[in-house]
Amino acid sequence: MNSTSSAVQHGIAQMESSTRAESIGPKTYLVAPSVAVLLVWITVPTVMTFWFSFQHYNLVNTAGREFIGFANYLYFFSSSSLTIAALNSIYVVLGVIAITVCLGIGLVLLLDRDFTGARIARVLAISPFFVMPTVAALIWKNLLLDPVNGLLATVLGLVGLPAVDWFGTFPMFSIIVIIAWQWIGFSTLILLTALQSLDHELKEAAAMDGAGAFATFRFIVLPHLARPIGIIVMIETIFLLSVFAEIFVTTSGGPGLASTNLSFLIYVQALLRFDVGLASTGGVISIILANVVAYFLAKTVSRSLEI
Amino acid sequence: MIAAVGLAALALSPAFAEEITIATVNNQDMVIMQEHSSVWEQKTGNTINWLVLEENVLRQRVTTDISTNGGQFDIITIGSYEAPIWGKNGWLLPVEDLGTQYDYADIFETVRKGLSVDGKIFALPFYAESSMTYYRRDLFEKAGISMPNQPTYSQVAEFAAKIHDPDNKVYGICLRGKPGSGENMVPIMTSVNTHGGKWFDMTWNPQINGEAWHKAVNLYVDLLNKYGPPGVTSNGYNETRALFASGNCGMWIDATVAAGYLFDPAESKVADTVAFTKAPVADVPNGAALQWAWALAIPKSSIKTEVAKSFMAWATSKEYIREVGEKKGWILIPPGTRKSTYDLAEYQKVAPFANFVKDAILSADPTNPSKDPVPYTGITYASIPEYQSIGTEVGQQIAAALTGQQTVAQALAAGQAFTEKTMEQSGYLKK
Amino acid sequence: MEKRGTSSSTVLNFIAGWAAVILLIFPIIWMFLTSFKTEIDALSPEASLIFQPTLDNYRTVLARSNYLTFALNSVYTSVAATLLALLVGFPAAYSMAFLPTAKTRQTLLWILSTKMMPPVGVLVPIYILYRDMGLIDSHLGLILLFMFANLPIVVWMLYSFFRDIPRDILEAARIDGAGLWEEFRYVLIPLSGPALASTALLSIILCWNEAFWSINLTTTKAATLAAFIATYSAPQGLFWAKLSAAAVLAIAPVLVMGWIGQRHLVRGLTFGAVK
Repeated sequence: MNSTSSAVQHGIAQMESSTRAESIGPKTYLVAPSVAVLLVWITVPTVMTFWFSFQHYNLVNTAGREFIGFANYLYFFSSSSLTIAALNSIYVVLGVIAITVCLGIGLVLLLDRDFTGARIARVLAISPFFVMPTVAALIWKNLLLDPVNGLLATVLGLVGLPAVDWFGTFPMFSIIVIIAWQWIGFSTLILLTALQSLDHELKEAAAMDGAGAFATFRFIVLPHLARPIGIIVMIETIFLLSVFAEIFVTTSGGPGLASTNLSFLIYVQALLRFDVGLASTGGVISIILANVVAYFLAKTVSRSLEI
Repeated sequence: MIAAVGLAALALSPAFAEEITIATVNNQDMVIMQEHSSVWEQKTGNTINWLVLEENVLRQRVTTDISTNGGQFDIITIGSYEAPIWGKNGWLLPVEDLGTQYDYADIFETVRKGLSVDGKIFALPFYAESSMTYYRRDLFEKAGISMPNQPTYSQVAEFAAKIHDPDNKVYGICLRGKPGSGENMVPIMTSVNTHGGKWFDMTWNPQINGEAWHKAVNLYVDLLNKYGPPGVTSNGYNETRALFASGNCGMWIDATVAAGYLFDPAESKVADTVAFTKAPVADVPNGAALQWAWALAIPKSSIKTEVAKSFMAWATSKEYIREVGEKKGWILIPPGTRKSTYDLAEYQKVAPFANFVKDAILSADPTNPSKDPVPYTGITYASIPEYQSIGTEVGQQIAAALTGQQTVAQALAAGQAFTEKTMEQSGYLKK
Repeated sequence: MEKRGTSSSTVLNFIAGWAAVILLIFPIIWMFLTSFKTEIDALSPEASLIFQPTLDNYRTVLARSNYLTFALNSVYTSVAATLLALLVGFPAAYSMAFLPTAKTRQTLLWILSTKMMPPVGVLVPIYILYRDMGLIDSHLGLILLFMFANLPIVVWMLYSFFRDIPRDILEAARIDGAGLWEEFRYVLIPLSGPALASTALLSIILCWNEAFWSINLTTTKAATLAAFIATYSAPQGLFWAKLSAAAVLAIAPVLVMGWIGQRHLVRGLTFGAVK
């Protein structure tokens, strides 16, 4: 804190020497660039997407585009795939949040202690977050989870257990594990920062008052972590709703629709069927959904975060 | 004055160096083409920018670009499925004018026809393939069975049962199971065809709920569930090939082009025990083995067509095949496109499968893939733009049946319903 | 449990802490090991730790693709996009944090919600727009997209940081007659060092790992390491070892940068979570 305040003093001193003095006007022009940039980025493609969603427009069919009203929407809402995909999107978010928060807390409780090389261990623990999603998925799919030559199958074989066809039998679970692995790095980072700001003396005082390890955790550590957990929930929700690479690399959304989320459903329309009309419809639906989720986040998490 | 002379010289000089962009698949043969292309670059002074991607990603990338007239590529790599459709769409430049030296007549007619529309060729074949049954001689000997010249599907099931040994990680049979129009639908379609089934009848009515499909798909699901490796639904061509090469499969029915690697000790643990025979049959011989060619084509949007043509003429020529044989090894030459390839004594010496593959390619007839006449061409695909979508959906449904999420009957009914809907939407069928 | 100093608990902490971390990063370790195996060895996990290391995979990968071009493109696009995003996002975050209006919350959440849309839904519109503007396979095109994609997170991080700055400091400055520029230059920017560093680091990491746009909108000139990986993701034949080598090459720069920058990341990446 010392360095900050001296920086501020230094700053103020500099300002006093400054001769220019302007009145402070309205600051809308400060937000404007950001909002304008995003508006352009969002609006132009969105308007095009919206427009295409009412057309029969297939890239590989040169018959041309044709206005077909709500036919694409009817198609989406009449097939069960939309519900399945929406649910899978939600499973990913909930599953990954649950795993990253629980394991993250466990991990930072271990890492918060003093031991030789603790600082290096803390740095290393964040690594999975830096790995490209495609790479993570390829490594897990092939080197680790492959049921014939993968490492896990070999280890299971050594203790006499049969190989498990992870992506065929538990497609959603396997994908959630891969994504959670990447995001544990992130939750560890946030939680560890928060935990280290918690006074060790406070914990020690609690211990001296006869509070057990569990009570210390329950009444001191956990409340302190409430806010960072809120952050994790929010950030992960935002990123995980549009997860794609992990599914593309591992299961291609299958078997059947078992691991198809909204992103993948739209991908199938856009780049496997080249049906721009249907893909755009999916895009519009997902935009609406994103806004619904944003609304709920506003009602719940962000309120407690005092945004 | 000097400037004018310079300009004239520039205009006259045919060897003015250009930079072209080529999109291709990361298959071994194309990787060799990329490595070897420096020869062409030195000869002509031109340079090449390569975009090398895995098959699915490449197809998306190229289709997006060509259909929106994006103009990113001077040469693209496409397959037998795309070439006629895209040629018809007017997306590709016809490539009939490469001169007598190119020797069009040397290209196998069935391959050439597959890449042409109304007698005009739109893509030049780089390599072509059919399918066959690979098996492990050692395992068959141990089980006391022998492989006939052309097994039936019931024999395949019988053999698979005898050599299946999961405790030692040897599985009776491996087939592609990853859902996709170019993945699990490949072995499924060859089996459907030979059981007498087809995608559509002559008036474009989908036939997926027919008896032949039920027989073939039930067989496929049974075979893999009983004698297949774990994790089949994640295995595409590459994964399956790796599995066979690492000694985990007793049999494998797939593309002939894999032979070159399965017989290569550097790439395969089973190089000395692998053997091959014809792809299995059931009721009719039609469409029992696939036919596919990878080919090079020039998008309409390219502005460097002359240089592009010069590269294509070189990369699909007799001379290229010979050069690759001499520099990289004869077993690695791109097979299946030219008659002259099979006159090369050096190739015949190292590739025991050479003539076998040639016969398989020549006898597979994409215009006649089923028992009854059909309105489309293609053994493992149907030559309509909607096929990608249909193949993807049916493939997903069958994969779900394979993992037991639904029955085969449910999968086929769902596939049939989807296909009917798609065909109605595209106007093949009246609503 | 919390008896500090006793050697047995220190040893226990050491074992538990390191065991957990090694388990967590094991996939990365395994990938690293595999990249030095032959393809045949890579398929035999039984021979996991005892093998003849080879550099062949790296040689093959480096001979086939121009790794340096891909890596430089990654550096160039992610750094440029991050700087742009900071430039645009800084004033916005300032205004939202210090001069909030009734609409601020909605605006912020709306900005964040744009990150929830699957990019594949707008691929074709973007491709058509980019084609008309000549931005396909250009650095500028990729930089703009990366900037757009990261702006929400940049704005939010800076906003959270600013909110923890006591207002008195800025007010004091204003009373002293500082204009907006002076306020930025002499108060806010010096104060935001850690926040800017961690925001930049996070944004660079996210750009670096972005795969969808870099694969679909580049050809050869602007292709990043994400496109490089797509060359090796499912080639024919045995590929685990070559894939591992390519993967190591693709993630090493950002991993090292992350390790070095981790201290800054921790200081600034709190989203206001630490009070």
